[in-house]
Amino acid sequence: MDIIELERVAREIRLRDLQAVFEAGAGHIGGEMSVIDILTALYFRVLNVWPDQAKHPDRDRFVLSKGHTACALYVTLAKRGFIPEEEISTFLQPHSRLNGHPNCNKVPGVETNTGPLGHGLPVAVGMAKAAKLSGAKYQTYVITGDGEMQEGSNWEALMAAAQFGLDNLTLIVDHNRFQQGASLADTNNVAPLRPKLEAFGWDVTEINGNSMDEIVPALEYRGSRPHGIVAHTNKGHGISFMQDRVDWHHKVPSKEQYDIAVAELSEAL
Amino acid sequence: MNAPANTPKFYDCRDAFAATLEALAVTDDRIVAVCNDSVGSSKLGGFKSKFPDRLVNVGIAEQNMVGVSAGLANGGRLPFVCAAAPFLTGRSLEQIKADISYSNANVKLVGISSGMAYGELGPTHHSIEDFAWTRVLPNLPVIAPCDRIETAAAVQWAASYDGPCFLRLSRVGVPDLLPEGHKFELGKANLLRDGSDVTLIANGTLTHRMLKAAEILAERGIQARVLNLATVRPIDEDAIIAAAEETGAIVTAEEHSIFGGLGSAVAEVVVDNAPVPMKRLGVPGVYAPTGSAEFLLDEFGMAPSAIADAAQMLIKRK
Repeated sequence: MDIIELERVAREIRLRDLQAVFEAGAGHIGGEMSVIDILTALYFRVLNVWPDQAKHPDRDRFVLSKGHTACALYVTLAKRGFIPEEEISTFLQPHSRLNGHPNCNKVPGVETNTGPLGHGLPVAVGMAKAAKLSGAKYQTYVITGDGEMQEGSNWEALMAAAQFGLDNLTLIVDHNRFQQGASLADTNNVAPLRPKLEAFGWDVTEINGNSMDEIVPALEYRGSRPHGIVAHTNKGHGISFMQDRVDWHHKVPSKEQYDIAVAELSEAL
Repeated sequence: MNAPANTPKFYDCRDAFAATLEALAVTDDRIVAVCNDSVGSSKLGGFKSKFPDRLVNVGIAEQNMVGVSAGLANGGRLPFVCAAAPFLTGRSLEQIKADISYSNANVKLVGISSGMAYGELGPTHHSIEDFAWTRVLPNLPVIAPCDRIETAAAVQWAASYDGPCFLRLSRVGVPDLLPEGHKFELGKANLLRDGSDVTLIANGTLTHRMLKAAEILAERGIQARVLNLATVRPIDEDAIIAAAEETGAIVTAEEHSIFGGLGSAVAEVVVDNAPVPMKRLGVPGVYAPTGSAEFLLDEFGMAPSAIADAAQMLIKRK
């Protein structure tokens, strides 16, 4: 899929995500909007995956460590054919398999359960290490939030990835500069991330994480060390009144706000 | 004629674990050992020299260790995660919950030197909470073998079982109790001695103490049943209910806090199905003083004679 098509799909995913969160009355819409461009590039350009064989041993692995943005993943998986698109309307409903954080035993395409922060990168390190042990050729990708990088387990994993020589591992940090309660800078500022990752033995690329032109080549980069992508994004990207506002971490739009957001995203389609 | 000297040989179950893992790894190249700078204490030296590429040492980083093992399983490897029990379970409990149990990852968690094996090192190194922490987690069998034979059998079983489990191993020597060739069966108690007056239930390092206690009770004319209950979860409800109904009193003993461990698990079955008097022996909600594991077990009322006394007192409540 070319860049123009990817941009169109990302806008469709944004719109469906907005609708799902509005209808469910819950979700993490800010962080979903910031990460959707990267998810789109992964599932519609980069990942070798087969929706009809979700557990194919040669599939590339993807872990959404920032699991609270599960709705964006569900919409992406549905659009890619892993689950029925109409199932998105069950998001957060009783007995739906689409709960607020992804479950690998219920939802095809989800590789490991996430939700508590700081879990995805260690698991991804294990996936990449497994490929090294077995000679498998798959690539492992993991997305963390920037606030999530405050968890110590991530730094344990960063060290291990370099020590193990995992050139088949790509970490994307969704650097939208906001966490749940405040800005990253006002909480525990892990930025700048690039020198820290480099000091831990990683190759690092810094990109505009809401620009397909920059996302795709960064995801396709292959070097000799684990690769970290510091993706500068905007929380609430694509919706004017949400953008870069901490209060949209898990706020649900009013009907009036919803209509404005739908109009903005539809206009961009 | 003098009776033959009854001084059984004691074995460190870690040796049986390591030997079995190495033997399995020869034919199953999925098997990897994951550790946290614990090659020596987990007795993985032999594994490391035989399969150097399959020893994944993450350094001193237990949360990462458990997450990495979940990823290894996702990639088709069969990880045995070997680390000191207090840190494997306590330091990475949320990883065990989310990455292993909830994800149902095919990872074998092996808690080494559990209980008060690190007696002299103090309560930070005692692992007397691990039954409580792990047995509440779905999908996660919790197993504490009583001797080298059951350890080997449990490791063989774990390798063939498609799902996660927690194996709790000590480093304190124990005699052989089960017959050579014993096959481990998940969730099944072993009747080591039959009796009708009281039932003694234990696992791990306490099972052989229970057998000695039963011998002492026999000298006092009391016939004690002894059950080895290696699997704390899923628990053998049938054996426990039968013990309650047929013997009318149950004593448990464990190298663990009396809160949330084997005794609690047995009590849950008893109170739900066949209420009888019970006595739970273990660490009574305190941090232990300094001393060897053997000393501490005696200190907390688990010398064979003290177990026998506790059983005798309990019988009066029937």
